[in-house]
Amino acid sequence: MSDDHSKHHIVQPSMYAAILGALLVFTVLTYYVAFIDLGVLSNFVAMGIAVTKGSLVVLFFMHIFYSTRLLWVVVVGSFGWLALMLILTLGDYVTRHWDVQKHIFF
Amino acid sequence: MHSSDHSAHHPALAHHFQDLEQQKDTTWLAMWVFLATEIMFFGGLFLAYVIYRSSYPDAFAIASNALNVNMGLGNTFVLIISSFTMAMSVYSAQMAQTGRLIVFLILTLILGCTFLGVKYFEYKDKFDSHLVPGRHFDFAYHHDPITGATLHNEHEGASNKPSSGHEATGHSKKALREIQIFFSLYFAMTGLHAFHMIIGAGLLIWLVISAMKGKFSKEYNSPVELVGLYWHFVDIVWIFLFPLLYLIGRHHHG
Repeated sequence: MSDDHSKHHIVQPSMYAAILGALLVFTVLTYYVAFIDLGVLSNFVAMGIAVTKGSLVVLFFMHIFYSTRLLWVVVVGSFGWLALMLILTLGDYVTRHWDVQKHIFF
Repeated sequence: MHSSDHSAHHPALAHHFQDLEQQKDTTWLAMWVFLATEIMFFGGLFLAYVIYRSSYPDAFAIASNALNVNMGLGNTFVLIISSFTMAMSVYSAQMAQTGRLIVFLILTLILGCTFLGVKYFEYKDKFDSHLVPGRHFDFAYHHDPITGATLHNEHEGASNKPSSGHEATGHSKKALREIQIFFSLYFAMTGLHAFHMIIGAGLLIWLVISAMKGKFSKEYNSPVELVGLYWHFVDIVWIFLFPLLYLIGRHHHG
């Protein structure tokens, strides 16, 4: 097909293999980093790696990188909603300080 | 009405669509709207996890160390590779290579079943170790109540002798309740995930049968792509579940 419309883009196996390699490397990384004491940073590193891995799967295995804006809106919207729910609710809980003891993050 | 566009007469084209391209666009959008509901579905459990973990960080770290991290890691590799074979099956469908399509679908299915098999052994170990929330929950059974490390041989057929001298004295009732909450979330989240895997396996079987019947072509391979989207989504959920459940506070307990 000579049609170069984005939706007809066929992702090549070499690209899939590269993404697979990256995902496996990140997985090994997250495993080993978990055994290192990074203090508070541990959470951010673990989630940073997970978000990166998830993004690679969404963008390339699920073809979103090559998709229409309409699809991007749905994808970004749904994950954005999840982020909002988690961040705002967590923000509520961690700033309550009902017992003036240990669970103070800020 | 005559048309030189052969897709207008394609047997897979439904009446309410103008052409296969529009049908494909629509089905992709619909699938992603469904995945948005799945994000909400799992999102609720992730929210519960976030709240309880932020409230009971120490108990969660101890409980997490009772999970078999190597099985979790192995399962993560299995699912990531299965996403690759799934993507390859989509490619094969796009290139109209039915033989390879079937091979990659079957590989994905085998990997998915491997994941479920490992999960079975993990759950069995949890059941045997009294780590299922409820009346018989007993964290001290086979686990060091301080570090959460398993005290018995982790292979199958482990000894059933309870750990000696570690009765209920390791933790307060409060801590044990918090540890039990972790396991409630563990079973709820991995259970829901495993349920999705089982559905995915069923979908893959349906795809294999359809492919053998020659239903897919260069112009029409949407079912393969859409099941692919579902399978990748379930993989993404596990990508987050693994560090959140298995890797909490591992640096203390190596």
